[in-house]
Amino acid sequence: MASPPNAESRPAGGGPWGLALRQLRRNRVAVGSLVLFVLIVAFVIAAPLWANQVAHTGPNATHTLEKIEVGGKQRDVVSPDGTPIGPQWLGADGRFFLGADGRLGRDEMVRLMYGGRTSLFVSLAAALITTVLAVALGLLAGYFRGWTDAVVSRLLDIVWAFPVLLLGIALGTALAVGGLQIGPLSISSGSIWIPILIIGFVYTPYMARPIRGEVLALREKEFVEAAVAQGAGPLRVMAGELLPNLSSTIIVFFTLNIANNMLLESALSFLGAGVQPPNSSWGTMISSGIELIYSDPLLTIIPGTMILLTVLSLNVFGDGLRDALDPKSRVRLEAHAGRFEPEEEPA
Amino acid sequence: MGRFAVRRLLAMLLVLFAISIVVFLIFNVIPNSDPAQRLAGKNATPQLVASISEEWGFEEPLPVQYWTMMKKVFSGDLISYNSRQNVDEQIAEGIPATFSLCIGAALIWLSFGILFGYLSAVKAGRATDRVLTVLALVGISMPVFWLAAIFLYYLTFEVELFPSGGYVPLSEDPLGWAYHLVLPWLTLAIIFVGFYSRVLRSNMLDAMDEDYVRTARAKGLSERRVRIRHVLRNSLIPIVTLFGLDFGAVLGGGAILTEAIFNLQGVGQYAAESIKNLDLPPIMAVTLFGAFFIVLFNALVDIAYAWLDPRIRLEESAR
Repeated sequence: MASPPNAESRPAGGGPWGLALRQLRRNRVAVGSLVLFVLIVAFVIAAPLWANQVAHTGPNATHTLEKIEVGGKQRDVVSPDGTPIGPQWLGADGRFFLGADGRLGRDEMVRLMYGGRTSLFVSLAAALITTVLAVALGLLAGYFRGWTDAVVSRLLDIVWAFPVLLLGIALGTALAVGGLQIGPLSISSGSIWIPILIIGFVYTPYMARPIRGEVLALREKEFVEAAVAQGAGPLRVMAGELLPNLSSTIIVFFTLNIANNMLLESALSFLGAGVQPPNSSWGTMISSGIELIYSDPLLTIIPGTMILLTVLSLNVFGDGLRDALDPKSRVRLEAHAGRFEPEEEPA
Repeated sequence: MGRFAVRRLLAMLLVLFAISIVVFLIFNVIPNSDPAQRLAGKNATPQLVASISEEWGFEEPLPVQYWTMMKKVFSGDLISYNSRQNVDEQIAEGIPATFSLCIGAALIWLSFGILFGYLSAVKAGRATDRVLTVLALVGISMPVFWLAAIFLYYLTFEVELFPSGGYVPLSEDPLGWAYHLVLPWLTLAIIFVGFYSRVLRSNMLDAMDEDYVRTARAKGLSERRVRIRHVLRNSLIPIVTLFGLDFGAVLGGGAILTEAIFNLQGVGQYAAESIKNLDLPPIMAVTLFGAFFIVLFNALVDIAYAWLDPRIRLEESAR
């Protein structure tokens, strides 16, 4: 049974969190993938730095008719037949490091860094939404059982019956004109919050169902009985007793959920139902790059590789986290074409 | 058994009804704009919008609107206001290509998933296992369209090994059919190969500690026989469940990306093109049919499963 991290009486070895940390540190592959993920985050955070100090351009600035100096020679950014310049690496002092992105002659490297910001931001924000919704629904359904559970579970089942990609597409295209109005909150159609909300919503059942299962098992434990006997109300039991015991599950799910979100975001954006212009993400970059696949394959391969590395690092790290936090975990999930492995109810 | 099937089918009908309501809400109620405007598509004239509004009864109460929409989708007179083509006919035309893609890919992912999972479990901890584990993780972390793009560039352009796309009907030219589908099959299958091999590996490793495996060994069976007849066979049960879910999901919409990139002219590509044009009626129909198909398919899998494994139907009726 996990106790909160700042428990007064700490067992030798640093308590469950200390043990988990030591276990995790010994897993070199997991640590390596965390380092990789941090590097990717640092890379996209550095976007304005590179844009202003090195490339001297923005992600949406066009350079169609310009020439740049490469090794003393003038070269078109976009040649008269419409072919964009290829990677210059450091030949043009860092301008067009990865070449231009097409007819518009935008700097691919700058776009890659800014696009990564969008992709990571969407994935993280959506993961937060999923987590908050799933934990709230899972706690309510698992704690109150009865008709609350019946209503919540049936609603989750209906969302779950849709394939993730299809539901994302339906919502993405329906909201692409006119946007969304939730009470006083109005979200315009091109807003980045549309894909965030959609992705956060469609993955909720995949996280809420296993959490509900775990709450159902936890609420029968003696410590819950003890808290109730001391006069704790439902809110205190949920927040003070159940939630801390869910934390390792939540952390693992959260990590793996970011990876899933990134794949879904890129798929939706690739199809045109995700991030809308003028915003760009790695998915929209691939979507426009694939039209030039034969003349300039790097425009597709580079953003795709960034997605692969990010998702891979999160998947491997999430796996390591699960092993460290909860070696006997019965709940397993993986990024997998948008589907988590079906939950196994704890016995 | 009969009672189980009837109950399962009744539950399915309820889910279908709920899904149709959700689709109706998504397309015609939740978004914050005139539904007729959205259905009309990009280059709509005010006259068209007005006539759509009339046709779909957007002035009527919501239940009436819901009924009108369902009638349109299921009676086959839903048309795209962009292309003026009948949506249901377009979908029906795409079905052979989509089925060809999904069935072929499913065979690949099932056989290679089991093969790699088995090898990984048998060689657990050794080099083979490590390499396969890394490959599986890369497989499940890969964006589909990225892999497709790499195939397109290196195998159809740099080395002209395969055609870059298009669909040849099986009845016209079976060899050409398979030849055109090799790359799409692989693209769609690889993610699942990674996933299935990981699931099978962990199931087999769990099963190896079971008492019945020890008993089998104690009886003096060869290691090979223990692995295949006892460990593998029991570990395949969850794989079969997963396969039912995944195969339904792929047919019901999971193949959209692959179809779009390889120009397979299936239902998925029709959906992808409609998304590009923000042409809502086809997307509405594909979503509804896709989700319906999955629910139906899952119900059939459950019934088949209960027929195969009596424990399931007994558990269900004990609840």
